[in-house]
Amino acid sequence: MNASLPAENQRLSRAVLRIDVTDHAGVMSHVVGLFSRRACNVEAILCLPAGDGRHSRIWLQVEDNPRLPAMIRQVEKLIDVQSVARCDAGIFERLSGLAAG
Amino acid sequence: MNETLTGAQITVRLLERQGIRTVAGIPGGAILPIYDALGQSTAIRHVLARHEQGAGFMAQGMARATGETAVCLASSGPGATNLLTAIADAKLDSIPLVAITGQVPQAMIGTDAFQEVDTYGLSIPITKHNFLVSSAEELLEVIPRAFAIAASGRPGPVLVDIPKDVQTQAIEIAGWPEPGKAAPTPAAEPASIAAAAAMIDAAERPILYLGGGVVHSGAAPLAVDLAEKAGLPTVMTLMALGAMPVDHPLSLGMLGMHGARHTNLALDECDLLIAVGARFDDRATGKVAAFCPQAKIIHIDIDPAELDKIKAAHVGIVADVGQALAELLPAVATRARPAWTARIAALQAAFPPALPGCDDPRSHFGLIRAVAACLDRDAVVATDVGQHQMWVAQAYPLRRPRQWLTSGGLGTMGFGVPAAIGAALAEPDRTVVCFTGDGSILMNIQELATAAEESVNLKIVLMDNASLGLVHQQQTLFYGERLFASQFRRTPDFVAVARGFGISAVDLDQAANPCAALIDAISRPGPCLIHASIDVEQKVYPMVPPGAANRDMIGA
Repeated sequence: MNASLPAENQRLSRAVLRIDVTDHAGVMSHVVGLFSRRACNVEAILCLPAGDGRHSRIWLQVEDNPRLPAMIRQVEKLIDVQSVARCDAGIFERLSGLAAG
Repeated sequence: MNETLTGAQITVRLLERQGIRTVAGIPGGAILPIYDALGQSTAIRHVLARHEQGAGFMAQGMARATGETAVCLASSGPGATNLLTAIADAKLDSIPLVAITGQVPQAMIGTDAFQEVDTYGLSIPITKHNFLVSSAEELLEVIPRAFAIAASGRPGPVLVDIPKDVQTQAIEIAGWPEPGKAAPTPAAEPASIAAAAAMIDAAERPILYLGGGVVHSGAAPLAVDLAEKAGLPTVMTLMALGAMPVDHPLSLGMLGMHGARHTNLALDECDLLIAVGARFDDRATGKVAAFCPQAKIIHIDIDPAELDKIKAAHVGIVADVGQALAELLPAVATRARPAWTARIAALQAAFPPALPGCDDPRSHFGLIRAVAACLDRDAVVATDVGQHQMWVAQAYPLRRPRQWLTSGGLGTMGFGVPAAIGAALAEPDRTVVCFTGDGSILMNIQELATAAEESVNLKIVLMDNASLGLVHQQQTLFYGERLFASQFRRTPDFVAVARGFGISAVDLDQAANPCAALIDAISRPGPCLIHASIDVEQKVYPMVPPGAANRDMIGA
């Protein structure tokens, strides 16, 4: 999760994934590790409890490249992942002020 | 009636309810409660390995020979880390395994306790799924789920890490969960089956490309039926050998890096490639851009992540390959394809498979053929990893799915002997032969003690060239003959070593009649080591140089 240089930020196109998971101690490690092991930098992460508390929703901002569809299919195979969807970057744009301070 | 049981007793009872009858492992402090409960089980036989990696490969041998999920056990810390290679090997070859490890008590997790390691974290990338169990109650859900996950869809290894306090926690059991089993598989889309059938009917030069998934799904007979009905010449990956008998008229044998030249050249000319349970591994495809360059591709696999991973498919079918083949079979036309068959026959005539010395039992190919002549299709053939593995893949007449046990994806030296022990434990009526090399056998030689203790019907054929043969070969061919760290300056007396472990042994080098010595050694029940020196200068040919296209093979 290295910070990218501003110039690089502009060059790279981004994707935000919304991932619904069953909540337990290892699930973040399963999901995020899948990206890091494939040398794919996770630029932003948000995780919140969802619904009955046995589920969580994770948002990940990653580089959008031709390998991303294959990565998404690998994420979908994780036992604790219920669904993966691409969504707009709005959620991280609204949070970007937190990192500035 | 409610019973009060400990987590350890629950674990053992759940294994019994899964139908597990043999487990391999090594005890240690953090798994002693489970071993205490296991010792009371009359249903489960525990085989004591001499290294946890050996236990992991024994479980793999059981699973590969039978297709059923198998179990290995290890303690925390070094016990768990020693298992990891065998688990990673199972992941890459899609072998259903449940590994159970002891862990330090929950209160001590994260304190650098004695023999504590983050087994859960270490096993994430090499398992299909893993669990760290936090209560005895949870075992009732986790253990059946572990078996269900291991066997469902594309099979794979599952690790269950159980802290010692969970093993000793006693709870009241009101009822038992159903044993975990493979989930039903999704059906293929009828439109895709129809599209695939139309492509097969329209093709002039099709090739059927079978992978390990065909063996895993029990679909080998259906694949042979499809090949025969639609007139499809058939290639197999290393993992699929045996799916179609090698002497079947449509069999082109193994493709790829060490496949026959005519096989790779036929692929180069095909206009349709029907990939079934295969993943376009780099050892099979060579340079991907040049693999089957003129072909349309039908790809059938149970794992959606395999489609379009390496090669984009014109028709991709996500389904159990057995179900998909059963649907495809009535949909395709009966065809003979005389022009394509004649072209393949011409390629075979121009580039006949080269097995030099196959009549001389003192040569590498001759030894393999002489061993095969002592056995029938009921035998199980395991290998280690290296030159001997490729020679056996090229020369052994494999005729039955699950006859062939080899470490394909991970290529783990040390796989052979313990995997062969596992196969012999699971199928005691079969003769198991393990081809190995002098490099590989030393990586799990301690399991000779297990083989002796269990009196398994295992014949180890040690092809000794006093070197790391494939490294020697690559250094000779691609590194200017600068041989470094690939030759053993001193080698053990393997016959004496085997006898020291309590296993009978024969040295074919000293035998006046090597064939007679071989027949004598193989026909005697129980474990036996057969030592044979081979020429270090022999290469595995033909060979696709690393990174080259399959059409550009060298040698033979």
